[in-house]
Amino acid sequence: MAHLVAFPGVDAAAPHLHGPVQAVRPFALPQRLRRVRFPGGYVLTPDPASSDAEAARRPGPWTRLTHALIAASVFLLLPSGLQIFNAHPALYTGEVSRFDSPWMEIGARERGEAMQGYLRIGGREFDTTGVLGWSGPPGAAEKRAFPAWATLPGYRSLATGRNWHLAAAWGLGLGLTAYLVTGLAGGRLRRSLVPTRAMLAPRAVLADLAAHLTLRLPEAGGYNLLQRLAYLGVLVLVLPAMIVSGLAMSPAVHAAAPWTGDIFGGRQSARSAHFLGACLLVLFIGAHLFMLLLHKPLRRLRGMTLGERETRP
Amino acid sequence: MTASRRTWLRGLAAAGVAALVSACDRIAGDPAVRAGLRGAERLNLGLHRVLFDRRTLAREYPDSAISPDFRANGSIDPADPAYRALAAGGFADYRLVVDGLVERPLSLDLAALRALPSRSQVTRHDCVEGWSAIARWTGARLAPVLDQAGLKPEARFLVFHCFDTLDPEAGEDGRYYESIDLVDALHPQTLLAYEMNGAPLSVAHGAPVRLRVERQLGYKHAKYIRRIEAVADYSHISGGKGGFWEDRGYEWYAGI
Ligand code: HEM
Repeated sequence: MAHLVAFPGVDAAAPHLHGPVQAVRPFALPQRLRRVRFPGGYVLTPDPASSDAEAARRPGPWTRLTHALIAASVFLLLPSGLQIFNAHPALYTGEVSRFDSPWMEIGARERGEAMQGYLRIGGREFDTTGVLGWSGPPGAAEKRAFPAWATLPGYRSLATGRNWHLAAAWGLGLGLTAYLVTGLAGGRLRRSLVPTRAMLAPRAVLADLAAHLTLRLPEAGGYNLLQRLAYLGVLVLVLPAMIVSGLAMSPAVHAAAPWTGDIFGGRQSARSAHFLGACLLVLFIGAHLFMLLLHKPLRRLRGMTLGERETRP
Repeated sequence: MTASRRTWLRGLAAAGVAALVSACDRIAGDPAVRAGLRGAERLNLGLHRVLFDRRTLAREYPDSAISPDFRANGSIDPADPAYRALAAGGFADYRLVVDGLVERPLSLDLAALRALPSRSQVTRHDCVEGWSAIARWTGARLAPVLDQAGLKPEARFLVFHCFDTLDPEAGEDGRYYESIDLVDALHPQTLLAYEMNGAPLSVAHGAPVRLRVERQLGYKHAKYIRRIEAVADYSHISGGKGGFWEDRGYEWYAGI
């Protein structure tokens, strides 16, 4: 069984997890709640044929808890961040804004009778009417960078967006720190996420790439190379960079720790990096959910949320 | 699929999305929910006060970094009659009042303000909207002004009452005002600025006197200051949240 979507941190190699299925789990839900019966008679219980080794790789309570916290936070940070972006939909490089030369801008202008939304990147311009720049229900469309369905809240309110963003930032900060500290201390990160030497052999790399491109995914246990790189990249590069660039934009943090801005090349560069990081996360989440849909979505989802591993009813 | 069915389906999808968005919005904008979220603001303020030295200076830049295109936001040309009259006279009749919980209320004209201990600094201004610009600010340091007035022990905040009405529909509550605590009030870079880039402050940027409270976002830097009031608590003033934008949902602590 390929474990494409389970959250990283599930340790295939830890021998103590191979024991009986009824291990004591601090976050276990009552038996009654764990047997979810879906319309059509589909009962979410583990496949009796699944091996011990597979059972052992299922996420433990701590991984599930930190995953839930990180996922919920990012789920709120993205749309509230886009609400914030809408307050000044232009990005610059360096310390300050040169209003006549953003490297990226979303806007709207009159084009004959109608309004046209545009996205301008460098010297190139794209017509994005209906999505970026100009969007809304027929007759009530308005000038706004990201459309109502992509922002939190849907209506224009920088204040509400900031309330949500700055609260959810705490969830991400605490969740990620808890995840990384325990993952590093327990060796779980190294074992399940750092690519093994065998995986990095040129032939193995090519095989892994080919398998992904044809969507024929390896049945071997543990995460494959691309998965490991994607998870590792998000957990140790992108998410921490989101936190540091978010902090860099804070004038109080910048006064006390100017390096937060300097490592990006200035406050406006940090804001640009923050936005590009958000775009990367959208790509990652898209791929992550796509893989989930391909591989027993309900079981994977249940494994990551409620936990699995009980005997059949 | 026929065209009409496609239109119908698209309409259904749009209605579904709209219903979802409005359901989210009801939760997202609920006053109690938002008040809860603002717990994060108290955490941020607490953490910043514990972690950072209270006298840490915001970065100062060389003159070559000064922005040629510093944007003016909020009120840029107050229509309030009292302000217009003062501006017409070149602010010769301007008096800055310092009162409230002080031993010796002050009334300072611009010459008196300029005679006080001053400071000049090139700093970065960060707007809550996301943009930044750099300028040189020159003004009277706030701490010596407060020394002269003699803060009473009960004083915990300074409220800056301004000339401009930013939201005319709100009547008296549409007046701009701001507040800071004593940590920021006594910070060496906190100025009652009367010059920007070596010239008297322009009307757009807050003439004749505006606040510089480096380490916080732009909306804390009240322009067109009329009166500084020392208070123990600001909940009785206007909307009660300590500032024009704070009354409209923004954080009182704008250090992030
Ligand atoms: C997955 C995590 C995050 C996502 C997807 C995200 C997304 C965004 C986006 C799209 C924006 C608006 C445009 C921009 O400035 O780039 C934004 C703004 C902002 N974010 Fe985040 N963010 C995340 C985490 C954080 C964290 C952890 C912090 C605080 C430590 C933070 C602080 C800020 C601040 C202060 C702004 C306002 C910048 C401005 O004034 O424009 N963000 N965020």
